[in-house]
Amino acid sequence: MIYLDNSATTQPDPEVLKTFQTVSTNFFANPSSIHSAGSEVEKLFNKAREQIATILKVNREEIIFTSGGTESNNLAIKGIAYEHKNRGHHIITTQIEHPAVLQVCKQLEDEGFKVTYLPVDKYGMIDMDELKQAITDETILVTIMHVNNEIGSIQPIEEIAKHLKQYPKIMFHTDHVQGYGKIPLPYHVDGLDLVSISGHKIHGLKGTGCLIKKRHVTLQPLFQGGSQEDAVRPGTENVAGIVSLAKAMRLMHENQSSYSRLNNLHQKLYQKLEKFDWTIINSSKNGAAHIFNFSIPGFKPEVLIHALGEKDIFVSTKSACSSKQNEPSHVLMACGKDLEASAAIRVSMNLDQDEHDIDQFIEALVQIVEQYENIMG
Amino acid sequence: MKYDHILVRYGELALKGKNKKSFIQILKRNVERKLSAFPNIKVKAKRDHMYILLNGEDHEPILENCKDIIGIQSFSLAMKVENEEEKIKAGALKALILEEGQTFKITAKRPNKDFPISSQDMNQILGGHLLRNTNGWSVDVHEPDVEIRVEIRHDATYITSKKIEGQGGLPVGTTGKSLLLMSGGIDSPVAGYLAMNRGVEIEAIHFHSPPFTSDRAKQKVEDLARVLTKYGGDVKVHFVPFTEIQQKIFQEAPENYGMTIMRRLMMRISEMVAKNRDILSLTTGESLGQVASQTMESMHAINEVTNYPIIRPLVAMDKVDIIDISKEIGAYEISIRPYEDCCTIFVPKAPKTRPRREKVNEFERPIDFSEDIEKALSEIETVSFSASENESEEEFEDLL
Repeated sequence: MIYLDNSATTQPDPEVLKTFQTVSTNFFANPSSIHSAGSEVEKLFNKAREQIATILKVNREEIIFTSGGTESNNLAIKGIAYEHKNRGHHIITTQIEHPAVLQVCKQLEDEGFKVTYLPVDKYGMIDMDELKQAITDETILVTIMHVNNEIGSIQPIEEIAKHLKQYPKIMFHTDHVQGYGKIPLPYHVDGLDLVSISGHKIHGLKGTGCLIKKRHVTLQPLFQGGSQEDAVRPGTENVAGIVSLAKAMRLMHENQSSYSRLNNLHQKLYQKLEKFDWTIINSSKNGAAHIFNFSIPGFKPEVLIHALGEKDIFVSTKSACSSKQNEPSHVLMACGKDLEASAAIRVSMNLDQDEHDIDQFIEALVQIVEQYENIMG
Repeated sequence: MKYDHILVRYGELALKGKNKKSFIQILKRNVERKLSAFPNIKVKAKRDHMYILLNGEDHEPILENCKDIIGIQSFSLAMKVENEEEKIKAGALKALILEEGQTFKITAKRPNKDFPISSQDMNQILGGHLLRNTNGWSVDVHEPDVEIRVEIRHDATYITSKKIEGQGGLPVGTTGKSLLLMSGGIDSPVAGYLAMNRGVEIEAIHFHSPPFTSDRAKQKVEDLARVLTKYGGDVKVHFVPFTEIQQKIFQEAPENYGMTIMRRLMMRISEMVAKNRDILSLTTGESLGQVASQTMESMHAINEVTNYPIIRPLVAMDKVDIIDISKEIGAYEISIRPYEDCCTIFVPKAPKTRPRREKVNEFERPIDFSEDIEKALSEIETVSFSASENESEEEFEDLL
């Protein structure tokens, strides 16, 4: 199997699975229980939190464990909107966010908030000046994704944080789900208030993730319950999941230097596919190396996915979270690529992706296109 | 060219005349211990300042660590360049480029009078060079955003910019050792930290009463000891089993004097532990008037049992200020964990706030604690915490 859909999800690392199993078996007590079995689990749980804080260079209490990217995004955005609605009703985001941000913003719009959706250029990049101009006295939240999940464009998060630092009333959140372990952020910088991270995109398990919430930030919780996670995220801690997340994050962090390898693979895909007149490349050369997006106009992407699937090669159309709807990609539409938006294919690699996989993918792709060209064309 | 040194400025110890040399050596040892995770660095201690040679180590975490070392007044990243005008110009330019702001000022000093250009001229030359080669910067000699300091010494020229404030105080270990009575509350770690700031090395003693107190109360003390290791290197904690003694007090002494008698026993045992370990004083987190045991009368009654000096760094401090320090040193979140300790169990409904010495002695006399004290002393469990090798870090290593 050649798996090139790592931005949808990744295969869990065997070490991470082992951790999950050991912790579930031996450390199943509730960390809030006062007996010694509970305190042992609490110790382990604290160590996991500490390890993550050290990797991210933030404080321990700035990490809120959640069930993953979607929850982290919901908690950050709704949490700020509801907590600070008396400060203002305006939110700024972009047109190319993941549905876990866009749909939350839509809901808030229904509830009376005003949302500015910043446009992007053909490379999927926002314009800093447009962001600056969008800010009003009413603005309470800016939420801008770091690495785009469909085309891999990288927004200048640090620069945005630096600019927003001068507005103490505005909180800045970034959806970092596609960036963690590949394109690190200076998590500790002032001005960056909330960061979403997901476990299953980094060879961790589904249902794990965290939200970095800086000390000065106050959020309204999504759930009511116990006092876990400072009552910001009540519910008995998923200790096995959290410890496995700490492990997945450490492994990714330690392996980060191998990311530069992917530049060559990205380049290879670019150069090979650029030559064909039937492809249009949607990813920019300056984007994230692990995501490569292209279109074959006129060729239904679903057909291509299935044909590649028969050869045991797995790629995807757009975001897995939107790909079930038969609609053009909102990300490519925002990039002004109306034609490409209904015919996009995404190749997404993991840190250890073999060059051979890419060669085989290209070969199979050419074969399929040639085979069905007449019918589709 | 990049920052390759950290320039460390001494605080109070610079004034210590005869002892200065040994104080500097102790500080050097503390710095080396604190930075033991960075094997490539080299620490050079001179009479009026110290250099940490980075030798390729990342400076960010080292700067963070330096903030915790007691005895360092301030420190700066420094660039070492040869004593040549062009090299100094290039270094100063690089230093400015690494900074953020709009205005700068050059402060050149020339302890090396062999260098042909006066510091005044050097200021002019460097200022001009920086203005010509950057965009958006201007000179402000009164309130600059960035001050670039250039020190032309005999061996080389050192260029520094941002000055980071250190802990100040006297290096831990320069004034001897004290035994800190640590309950797990807010005050005692702060008292320990403040004593450390006066150069005191700390060992801690904790009285626990299982099953009336839990593992987590003990864990709390261990975590607080770890906080102190951040500032003072190794910290030993002596855990004294106190259950039987507390029960005996509860059963045999009048209820309202129980607390006073308990405190006296703690003092006695602490003094014995100190004596065995050649420690010359006790340190407590007592603050006058805070609770029943800390009234003037209580202190008078409790203090009777020992003639060891008792260091009470918090005695005249406001609670709010104590809390501020507790937060600053990273102890507060641990201290407020809600577990019972030996001082919160068996608390009488109405403890005597004005106990009298004669009365305490009268109540205490018929109760024979000597065997219990012997037993407690023999069952002490001593755990050593060190800043570099955190025991529990390895505990779950295979899982994390």
